[in-house]
Amino acid sequence: MCVVELQKLRHDRTELYTRAIQPALWLVIFGETFNRINVIPTGGIPYRDYLAPGIIAQSTMFIAIFYGIHIIWERDSGVLTKLLVTPTPRAALVAGKAFAAGVKAIVQAMVVLVIAALLGVTLSWNPLRLLGMIVVVVLGSAFFACLSVTIAGIARTRDRLMGIGQAITMPLFFASNALYPTASMPDWLRVISAINPLSYEVDALRGLLLGTPANLPLDFAVLVVAAALGITAASALLGRLAR
Amino acid sequence: MTDDTPPTADAVTCTGLTYAFGGSKAVDGLDLTVASGEVFGLLGPNGAGKTTAIRCVTTLLPVPAGMVRVFGHDVAANRMAVRRLLGYVPQQLSADGNLTGRENVALFARVFDVPRKERAPRVAEALEAVGLAEAADRMAGTYSGGMIRRLELAQALVSSPRLLILDEPTIGLDPIARTGVWEQIMAVRAASGMTVLVTTHYMDEADQYCDRVALMHKGQVRALGTPGQLTDELRDRRGDGSSPTLEDVFRDVAGSGLDEGGEFRDVRRTRRTASRVG
Ligand SMILES: Nc1ncnc2c1ncn2[C@@H]1O[C@H](COP(=O)(O)OP(=O)(O)OP(=O)(O)O)[C@@H](O)[C@H]1O
Ligand SMILES: [Mg+2]
Repeated sequence: MCVVELQKLRHDRTELYTRAIQPALWLVIFGETFNRINVIPTGGIPYRDYLAPGIIAQSTMFIAIFYGIHIIWERDSGVLTKLLVTPTPRAALVAGKAFAAGVKAIVQAMVVLVIAALLGVTLSWNPLRLLGMIVVVVLGSAFFACLSVTIAGIARTRDRLMGIGQAITMPLFFASNALYPTASMPDWLRVISAINPLSYEVDALRGLLLGTPANLPLDFAVLVVAAALGITAASALLGRLAR
Repeated sequence: MTDDTPPTADAVTCTGLTYAFGGSKAVDGLDLTVASGEVFGLLGPNGAGKTTAIRCVTTLLPVPAGMVRVFGHDVAANRMAVRRLLGYVPQQLSADGNLTGRENVALFARVFDVPRKERAPRVAEALEAVGLAEAADRMAGTYSGGMIRRLELAQALVSSPRLLILDEPTIGLDPIARTGVWEQIMAVRAASGMTVLVTTHYMDEADQYCDRVALMHKGQVRALGTPGQLTDELRDRRGDGSSPTLEDVFRDVAGSGLDEGGEFRDVRRTRRTASRVG
């Protein structure tokens, strides 16, 4: 499955370029503005720097959360139907697709990383930390891609999935520590943020790329468990799509 | 019919197969046996339930135990064993246009656990068998309809299935492309002895290539036999000296109705419309 996605990416790269635009805008406009206003308590680092890992997580999540559309397209075109009639277990199909989404996310993360560096964000270029970033991004995207496939299995049509996807991406983004520290949130929002895997992804990315204090073991554990749960749920619902 | 004796078992047995979408029964008590090694044609008007029946056989739709067996394996109890034996080409064109022909076939070699070392030659062989060796490294999105159908055939054949299920393999193809697809199916069958279950709206194809056919209407089998038997039977029943074709048998089953005392039915001849949707 992963191989197939890479093959497609090789055949058509325009997707990569267009997807770089949004995170660039976030970093340039939002990042620079709030950098100047300087109202968000970031623990001493420039807001632009604080924001960069958040945008990596956010932009890779945005890609993954619409991955189900791809699955529905595959269903409508008969590609998925045929895959479901092979001896490959559903979980393997889903895991393959989830990690393929992860591969796309790596590329996206690299692009944002380069944009951030060009804007003058001081990032760690330590290879081990970058490797850690890749693992985090892949796990996070795998979870959101599976969430999307799960929703696809319930919604079953492209339009409904688009609607649900759009309805949940912004809340997931705002109810996380991507833009501001959870300490400045009202209690109810902090609770949501604490069960939002995106927060753990951002926390890990900040720890790895900026060296801010982060609970890396907890972050990794949450992301691994989330990805595993996602794969389980998505593979249970995948068959429904073909009915 | 129900004992588990895979080696001698029929390729497909449906016993009272029923499947409903919501309230309406798409397949309604279907009894069908496809013998091992034969080319079996499932015919019937649009909406007769052919695709639905096939999707039950391919494990895509959930059916209760005891209704469908594939080479002796109950579809409800032993999905994996059934899937391993199947090659399936769905009604809609289903190749991935964003991959090359070769990549499309290689994907199915992978998901069918063809050993890594054998993959490349098996993929090349399958592409060769359907006459796509030349175009193998072009994007499938640039293929014509006939080429896509042959590519799908290669995808289904790369795992050397014992049962090949084709849902309208020649829909939308020109006469030459149709003949091409059928010749490739028949050649592979001659070489491997696989069973073929096929649906089509082209009665001439069914007549020429199928060993036996079943005519479905409203979710049930209304006529079953070799094409010759069915036309003979209609000739004898009409007894007016005409020699009916398989198409006449089709019109007889779908248009008027063999069932007595059923619901009130429109007896006008239904006009066949080629459907391109599942
Ligand atoms: N996913 C679905 N949801 C609801 N109804 C369905 C679905 N698929 C098929 N049906 C209905 O079931 C009946 C049988 O459809 P089916 O596709 O099996 O017919 P078919 O014999 O394959 O027809 P065709 O020759 O047009 O392909 C039809 O009345 C159809 O409307
Ligand atoms: Mg059909």
